Amino acid sequence: MLKYILRRLLISIPVLIGVTIIIFTLTELAPGDVADYYVDPEAEMTPEAMEQLRQRFGLDQPAPVRYLKWASRLVQGDMGYRYVDGRPVAEVIVLRLGATVRLISTALIFGTVVGVILGVFTGLHQYSFWDFGLTGFSFLFISMPAFIAGIFGLYIFSIKLNLFPVGGMRPVTRAPTFWDSVHHLILPALILSLAYIARFMRYTRFSMLEVIHANYVQSARAKGLRERTVIWRHMVPNAILPVVTVIGLSMPNLVVGAVFIETVFSWPGTGTLYLDAVRARDVPLLMGLNLVMAIVILLANLLTDLAYSWVDPRIRYD
Amino acid sequence: MTEKMDADLPAGQEALSIADITPVEVDSPGRRALRRFLRHRLAIGALIVLLVIISLAVFAPTFARYPYEEMNLRDTKSPPSAEHWFGTDRIGRDIWSRTLYGARVSLAVGLATGLLATAIGTTIGALSGYYRGWVDMLLMRFTDIVMTFPSIIIMLTLAALLERSLLNLVLIIGGLSWPPMARLVRGQFLSAREQDFVLAAQCLGVPNRRIITLHILPNILAPMLAQITFSVGEAILIESGLSFLGLGVPLPTPSWGNMLEAARNLEVLQGLPWMWIPPAIATVVTVLCVNFIGDGLRDATDPRLVM
Repeated sequence: MLKYILRRLLISIPVLIGVTIIIFTLTELAPGDVADYYVDPEAEMTPEAMEQLRQRFGLDQPAPVRYLKWASRLVQGDMGYRYVDGRPVAEVIVLRLGATVRLISTALIFGTVVGVILGVFTGLHQYSFWDFGLTGFSFLFISMPAFIAGIFGLYIFSIKLNLFPVGGMRPVTRAPTFWDSVHHLILPALILSLAYIARFMRYTRFSMLEVIHANYVQSARAKGLRERTVIWRHMVPNAILPVVTVIGLSMPNLVVGAVFIETVFSWPGTGTLYLDAVRARDVPLLMGLNLVMAIVILLANLLTDLAYSWVDPRIRYD
Repeated sequence: MTEKMDADLPAGQEALSIADITPVEVDSPGRRALRRFLRHRLAIGALIVLLVIISLAVFAPTFARYPYEEMNLRDTKSPPSAEHWFGTDRIGRDIWSRTLYGARVSLAVGLATGLLATAIGTTIGALSGYYRGWVDMLLMRFTDIVMTFPSIIIMLTLAALLERSLLNLVLIIGGLSWPPMARLVRGQFLSAREQDFVLAAQCLGVPNRRIITLHILPNILAPMLAQITFSVGEAILIESGLSFLGLGVPLPTPSWGNMLEAARNLEVLQGLPWMWIPPAIATVVTVLCVNFIGDGLRDATDPRLVM
């Protein structure tokens, strides 16, 4: 098992290098460079002075050399400095990461638990009223992007019904209590999880329908086990196996959904930071955030594989 | 031989001759798929709604009651009324007209992007599935990388770094959303290339390019159809998302996404709901219809599925 984890980590390295190359190439596409950013256009720099400045920043060197320099600094944990205020990129990202992790993990737990339960329920009652109703609901939320769901949610629950705050992570006027944090978290996390509830429900329903007629289910019933035991001990554990992979596969979507939900709910996480970086064309910060997201997604894929081997002991890695 | 067979027949029953066989109408796969699709009630309903939306978009100048860019500073922020069906925005533009013209942009971007993704995905998938070997290996690893990384993130970065224009938008979205199509086409090619008609063509010395485009591709169009539909729906969503963040369709042109951008302002969200509800509902209804149609097409073209 340990060997497998190590090998998976090693495989991730070339992918990560590929990602850094893509990120670096993307920023090369951007018009202008650091020198252009720092120099006031009204300062009337002579072309020679600009050239000197570029030399100081090392911008006169060919792209591969600059990539290697950037990469070697990355390995040491140095992501460079923001254009906007000169603060270290790594520090700014770490500061904001907690909020996003809180939002995404709540949404993931919510989406998985509720989605699986609804999926088991609709799978057991195929073609019932609830099956049609919930399948319709899942279609709706798969076709509705997170930000539109967010706008409607904010309008209905925060503005019209006044149940939740209209955004942010904690009250402005006083020190936040635990309840305050939960209160601010519920609506954005719930809305972010809607698409996942829908997706997990559909997958679970589908795989419940596959196991419902399996022989071991019949023999469990024949043994005289209670129906509840048959469902939760025999059917569900087998039905949710394929669903486990979906959790990992939905990670990229969740990260992207968080960018939109954070924007709608003014959530102070990496998503809003990303948009700040985009708007200010803050290249070092953009590169840093892209890299962090890539790492998070690769780790999620790895964890999914491990979780899969944990829930399904038949799978062996050697 | 025939006499013997005749003799074996029970008394009173004659042997069949060719003339007795009434020609059975043979259903072509395309016809059968069409018939199955027409039986899919949800998909047909969705198709009708979508056709209404498309004709509203195409004939926007006829249905719009004001030019979409016309400002009227005496009539701003007014709620829906007889003159302005969907009300007006903060500089007095008619929301109904903007929603109609927005449909044009959103649908056109969605369609163009979906087709671009289809073209790229089909090319990569076809090469990968037909040639296999190292070509397949290389192209599929590339596809995997594009797939694991959330493409919207790269789209956001590109949209931020490049100039905002409709063409760039189509290129960015289409250029990054082809992997599902590539996977599908590759799978289809892998199984198609083992079939006899491909072998026959290869024996006749038909060049590979012709086999790929004229022999195999027409045979796998049916399963591709559903995927094309889904990718158009996906593209409409991505466009509206990027525009919502202020990175999509450049501003004077209305699209559903950049009309929704107004809802990021709390004052608009709270006080002027008619400014964002129409484009929001239009987007969701359109994508829902497209997805229903895609589902119908997938069911209709899947020969294993009994309907």
